[in-house]
Amino acid sequence: MEPIIDLENLECVYLKPGTLVDTQTRYCPGCGHGVAHRVVMEVIDELGIQENVIGIAPVGCAVFAYFYLDIDMQEAAHGRACAVATGIKRVLPDKYVFTYQGDGDLAAIGTAETIHTANRGENILVVFINNAIYGMTGGQMAPTTILGMKTSTSPFGRDIKLQGFPLKIADLIAMLPGSAYVTRQAVFTPNHVRQLKKSLIRAFGYQKEKRGTCLIEIVSNCPSGWKMTPLEANDWLEKNMLPIYPLGDLKVPEGEVKHA
Amino acid sequence: MFKGDMTVHDISLMKGNEALAEAAIRAGLDAYFGYPITPQSEILEYLSSEFVPKGGIVLQAESELAAINMIYGASGAGARVMTSSSSPGISLMQEGLSYSACAELPFLIVNVNRGGPGLGTIQPSQGDYFQAVKGGGHGDYHLIVLAPATVQEMADFVYDGFDLADKWRIPVMILTDGALGQMMEKVEFRPYDKSQRIPKPWATTGKTKGRERNIITSIHLEPEQMEDFNIHLQKKYKKICEEEVRFELINAEDADLILVAFGLSARIAHKAIDLAKDQGINAGLMRPITLYPFPTTIMNLLAKKTKAILVVEMNSGQMVEDVRLAVDGQVPVYFHGRMGGMIPSPEEVLDEMLTLSQKHEFRVIVQE
Repeated sequence: MEPIIDLENLECVYLKPGTLVDTQTRYCPGCGHGVAHRVVMEVIDELGIQENVIGIAPVGCAVFAYFYLDIDMQEAAHGRACAVATGIKRVLPDKYVFTYQGDGDLAAIGTAETIHTANRGENILVVFINNAIYGMTGGQMAPTTILGMKTSTSPFGRDIKLQGFPLKIADLIAMLPGSAYVTRQAVFTPNHVRQLKKSLIRAFGYQKEKRGTCLIEIVSNCPSGWKMTPLEANDWLEKNMLPIYPLGDLKVPEGEVKHA
Repeated sequence: MFKGDMTVHDISLMKGNEALAEAAIRAGLDAYFGYPITPQSEILEYLSSEFVPKGGIVLQAESELAAINMIYGASGAGARVMTSSSSPGISLMQEGLSYSACAELPFLIVNVNRGGPGLGTIQPSQGDYFQAVKGGGHGDYHLIVLAPATVQEMADFVYDGFDLADKWRIPVMILTDGALGQMMEKVEFRPYDKSQRIPKPWATTGKTKGRERNIITSIHLEPEQMEDFNIHLQKKYKKICEEEVRFELINAEDADLILVAFGLSARIAHKAIDLAKDQGINAGLMRPITLYPFPTTIMNLLAKKTKAILVVEMNSGQMVEDVRLAVDGQVPVYFHGRMGGMIPSPEEVLDEMLTLSQKHEFRVIVQE
């Protein structure tokens, strides 16, 4: 049988960035982490800063981010990524430093470190994956779990009286004078991925200019934790999470343009 | 209190905490991260006023949790870093110490021990001995623990601590107490040769071309790998036990009674030995300088030549367990301790010695 596609003469239009390690990830099918990793590394690749970047992996699903990202990395204790980043940035002020954290890491156990790092205006980037659940430990309630959402520790749905409100930590960070750029992005459509990429380029640029702390929240999914197929999860995210966590820039440095 | 223009001479009269901080600057400290707590705040204060004007990095963290993790990051990035705290704050740092031991990060941590448990008291204590020498946080690990007994040693052990940390890729603790931190004594700062610093090719300084990426981590999920890593750590600790044991002996070779004490307690024990000499008792002192590695071999040998051993501590009896393990039942091991910030007096130690003298029929040495 004749091959349908002429493999010999295909034009290559989309490559994996060289800064991503050629290996299989431990992420579940349909999870946003893989896309987020790719976009971060695509930007590092395109900016040509691989030699000057130090990343910090969290405790959570991205604990092994250093298996996939071909840069120098440190793995922090649960919630302490921003403190670790502070230590690195203070002794290597001319390097690019970023943390990659989930909602439990950043907005529950690490809230104090996150707020104080932003309040000091540390020149680092925080990449914050908000999927409203603890993925790695098997789907427990997160600080960002939305009201009524069922998890293994809120089996009847998150109830204000029992578990309080979802924490909008990006809004909190945006209020602090030390934060320079705070934006909320997503990765569930190609267009959103393109927007995220632009945000990452801006954030690394601001870090170079030492403008202060940058935080990019990525509203993402967790098909396994949410007990949904990847398509259902993306659909649920759009309908239920985006009204609570609307996308767009929350704060930009003075003189810069705010994008919706 | 300081204006950042203090002139510290090579020989000065200083508080223990300040001498320690000054020694850190002279040893080429790159960065200090800490949080205020009595009785060690002078370290943070001194460095804020004396190190920052010299271009040093000093950051008052939002908590001891944050401070130890800033240390983790900066040490992992190859810098020479130090933190300090006192007992309750050191408890908060245990998570970071366990992670740092596993990630094999070299740095100096100072515990100016105060009385506990709980919020306790700000008065001096040695109640954190177990926490310091047995690990402190979760998992199988040790720190190298140095116990100064004078303000001079508060300074000297900073130099040694940084060198040991880099040599073994291990966190080193200076375990001192509120009295040594606050007391003023003469201190002489010897020159420190910064050119001898060990390179850190493993540090995360940015993945340059031609080398693999550097990773600082403490997770090995596969149990086989985690066991292999533990074996590696235990081999390192064994070598440290073989090569780095330090102690001081005073009249311990031919004594009927050997006192064992570290830090401030050792000074009190030394005084009690002098008082006992006037009463005709021939007593000696074994002062462990490294609490980990503990001077086990010399302790065992000394036990062969003496009638009894008396351990003096400012706690309920912690190091005495390591002494008993080393002595291995050869002679009786007694304990005298005070707790909760109380300091034993030489006279009360002497009383114990007189009781033991009668019980074990020590020789009476007639003074000439």
